[in-house]
Amino acid sequence: MTKALSVTGLNKTYKNGVIALKGISFDIEEGDFFALLGPNGAGKSTTIGIISALVNKTSGSVEIFGEDISENLSAAKKMLGLVPQEFNFNQFETVYNILITQAGYYGIPAAQARENTEKYLRTLGLWEKRHSVSRMLSGGMKRRLMVARALVHEPKLLILDEPTAGVDIELRRSMWVYLEELNRQGTTIILTTHYLEEAECLCRNIAIIDGGKIVSHTSMEALLQQLNVETLVLDLADLLDKVPDIPGYQCEMINTQTLSVEIKKGESINYLFSLLSEMNINVLSMRNKSNRLEELFINLVDKSGKGQKV
Amino acid sequence: MSWVETWIALRTLSYKEVRRFMRIWVQTLLPPAITMTLYFIIFGNLIGARIGEMGGYDYMQYVVPGLIMMSIITNSYANVASSFYSHKFQHCIEEILVSPMPNYVVLLGFVIGGATRGILVGVIVSLLSLFFTQLHVQHIGVTILVVFLTAILFSIAGFINAVFANKFDDIAIIPTFILTPLTYLGGVFYSMDLLPDFWRMVSMANPIVYMVNAFRYGILGVSDVDVFFSIAMIVFFVIIFASYALWLLNRGVGIRE
Repeated sequence: MTKALSVTGLNKTYKNGVIALKGISFDIEEGDFFALLGPNGAGKSTTIGIISALVNKTSGSVEIFGEDISENLSAAKKMLGLVPQEFNFNQFETVYNILITQAGYYGIPAAQARENTEKYLRTLGLWEKRHSVSRMLSGGMKRRLMVARALVHEPKLLILDEPTAGVDIELRRSMWVYLEELNRQGTTIILTTHYLEEAECLCRNIAIIDGGKIVSHTSMEALLQQLNVETLVLDLADLLDKVPDIPGYQCEMINTQTLSVEIKKGESINYLFSLLSEMNINVLSMRNKSNRLEELFINLVDKSGKGQKV
Repeated sequence: MSWVETWIALRTLSYKEVRRFMRIWVQTLLPPAITMTLYFIIFGNLIGARIGEMGGYDYMQYVVPGLIMMSIITNSYANVASSFYSHKFQHCIEEILVSPMPNYVVLLGFVIGGATRGILVGVIVSLLSLFFTQLHVQHIGVTILVVFLTAILFSIAGFINAVFANKFDDIAIIPTFILTPLTYLGGVFYSMDLLPDFWRMVSMANPIVYMVNAFRYGILGVSDVDVFFSIAMIVFFVIIFASYALWLLNRGVGIRE
């Protein structure tokens, strides 16, 4: 299978002496939906910056669909679309002109540029706002504008650096649907996000970076399998005055009527319920504690010993 | 990028740059028109009438080419300095950096924008000067060549200034403390012949002297310095500045970490 991105031994030391990357290596297959996670300051943005030619690397190599950015930067850039973390479009330009201009920078002829601009503005619900000056858009619209701009030259590899930061749940969900569709159509996507639920829902493979090193690089499925304990949240019929002592189980009282219980993978829930019945604890409802990835993430970052808690 | 794609990218960037200064014409085209009209009235009509002739022409005729050149220099420089720094400040320079556009196209695009504004202001000021004096262009080829080369040179200089600028003050310091004194001491308002030998010699180190005189030669047919030497000097500076600007871009100075 073709590699969409191949990063080998990438190092970056900033002028002030800060070592941001310590020889990281990872590959991303064509068509993948890949999560690049890590705490603040871990080196995610530096990695993305080097891949997209916004940051000079100290050493190592980056290949985008086989094109080395040190040897054939122009060809590599053509295949890459970037949605950065911060708004970085001209605040005084109209939405339409921002896309048309970006298409022009990629050498796309005027007729094709107009067609692509209309297509992506309509897809991302910005067509009605095409004559608006970009600074007048809402936060969510600005995020969508950056996605539309990154797509206007129809890249094969799309990098999204926290694309849903600060957007409401409805927009976030609609963005997920759109990104999944884009991935289905063949675009390889790299996502960095602090919403781990987002990565868990969307991505098939994952790399966790911390202190400038890759601390885990595997499939999402394999990573989640490392979790051998699940946490169940139980809503109770009666109030509790203290944490019940359930033999063989770790319990925690979330509040006087809610209990969380850790259960090992493969262990029967029936046994837990029989013990609860014996203790006259009636359970009204039960749910899985979400953010399984979050637990793994914290574990991995804690193990590496350099990351800050998120 | 293929040649066609490169051409489209250059056209896009140049057009965007021209559209930028046309959109804010009240800030970019109107002020030099008003300032130069005041120069024509005060230095040309009021004070100039008492000065009499200079270089064989009445003072108004003598000062007009210098003032046109001054407006071309300041506007070419200011356009690129403020536009490129604004790209850095708003981070929209990243739109250009992530694109496959070669660096020479980036430089050329900004320079075309700056030179276009400089030349357009030069045309506006020239038309305004016709209300005060008559302009009989003596050497049209020299005039056009000097205008283009000067506009290009100062656009590149503005670009270099913006590359190093970290705050808006940084794009005002060079024009205020270097460009304006050099322009005023560059023979815009007087002939080099009026200066004592020592100061005349010092003035010859000022590159603006060559531009003003070459342009004045094109319009009036008189110059304090050899016109071909002047043009050679401007070309020399264009090559040096363009090479340096391109080197800065390739190294990513001021734009890449």
